Amino acid sequence: MPWTRDQVAARAAKELEDGFYVNLGIGIPTMVANHVPADVDITLQSENGMLGMGPFPFEGEEDPDLINAGKQTITELERTSYFGSSDSFAMIRGGHINLAILGAMEVAENGDLANWMIPGKMVKGMGGAMDLVAGVQRIVVLMDHCNKAGDSKFLPACSLPLTGKNVVDMLITDLGVFKRPDKQSPFALIELAQGVTQDEIAAKTEAKYTVSL
Amino acid sequence: MASKVFESAHTALADVARDDMMVMAGGFGLCGIPENLITALRDTGVTSLTCVSNNAGVDDFGLGLLLQTKQIRKMISSYVGENKEFARQYLEKELEVELTPQGTLAERVRAGGAGIPGFYTKTGVGTLVAEGKEHKDFDGETYILERGLRGDIAIVKAWKGDVVGNLIYRKTSRNFNSDMATAATITIAEVEELVGPGELDPNAIHTPGVFVQRIIQGSHYEKRIEQRTVRQKESA
Repeated sequence: MPWTRDQVAARAAKELEDGFYVNLGIGIPTMVANHVPADVDITLQSENGMLGMGPFPFEGEEDPDLINAGKQTITELERTSYFGSSDSFAMIRGGHINLAILGAMEVAENGDLANWMIPGKMVKGMGGAMDLVAGVQRIVVLMDHCNKAGDSKFLPACSLPLTGKNVVDMLITDLGVFKRPDKQSPFALIELAQGVTQDEIAAKTEAKYTVSL
Repeated sequence: MASKVFESAHTALADVARDDMMVMAGGFGLCGIPENLITALRDTGVTSLTCVSNNAGVDDFGLGLLLQTKQIRKMISSYVGENKEFARQYLEKELEVELTPQGTLAERVRAGGAGIPGFYTKTGVGTLVAEGKEHKDFDGETYILERGLRGDIAIVKAWKGDVVGNLIYRKTSRNFNSDMATAATITIAEVEELVGPGELDPNAIHTPGVFVQRIIQGSHYEKRIEQRTVRQKESA
């Protein structure tokens, strides 16, 4: 059985370390916040201008002046600070954020990431994704292993326009976990989702990787 | 000092709005947008505007109002996904769009306001964004040259402001407002609460008055929420 979206988010939460400043992308990455281990204290950054992002507000307590980068209403915490956009991206581009967890359309075996546009479709824009992958210390990507047609999204080279070149440090899919120690090394398969076999991953993966289970 | 306080958004824009100008607009999504000034800019009827704004509003609110009336020729933005009329004009090539990574956009505005014509960044290296831009290596890493941005006018929204133009923003409605306020010939601020001299704590000012040429007391704030997300109270 492949991992559910929630299980993928739970696996990603194991990458969180005490004291980390973390930026979570939209979609499955947002769900990582529900799985932070009890003994790990992290601070979430929202690139529209907030450190110390709290949970959704109770009904009736929504504040239109308090939203996250996904434009969702949220709350503040005791540690919260607010700032403008150029300061927010000074944190990101300047390497002050420890970890970003992002979604993807494609990841390549050399660490390239594509997650912002599909040629021929309406282009919405990259938002802060290119800045995050260029500046944050470590990039973890969460995605379905295959697209709806059953084709691998972990590829020898991305076919879609890139968000960043050689930027991905770890890839967690519904089938398993791939990791590399540095940007010069190949990805290694280090974990299998429950009930998933190495053969199944090999059959569903076009990218080259090593195995280190 | 001549008074910076204007009667309304309309009077504050009346003698500065003109066709073909570049407008810097604060806001992220619909949060912290200068609602009164956008409506007033629409009512001036000026056209062929270049708007620098992280987003383009929605069909019937925010900068979407100026798209409906086809007053915008070009948008410089990072994310424009929430607007059908925008998509239509873009696909029909009625509207020019310069997509810029959000952090690069923020820094282009900050740089423009700070008198810096360009800067090098690693954001976008190896992507479509880097095409046609100067590349330069520093300490073994490749960067691209991005240009500063400075507009004819900036329209920003703050929570509180005083008569000399000092501004304080509230929570995440600061977003692009504090950067945009620095990056125009004439910056017009609208505030929820306009106060007299000495009523704001000088230690708490986000935008010092030197950046603000005109200020108005805003009214009828709608403050629309794009994604209303809530959690349930756990029953005892």
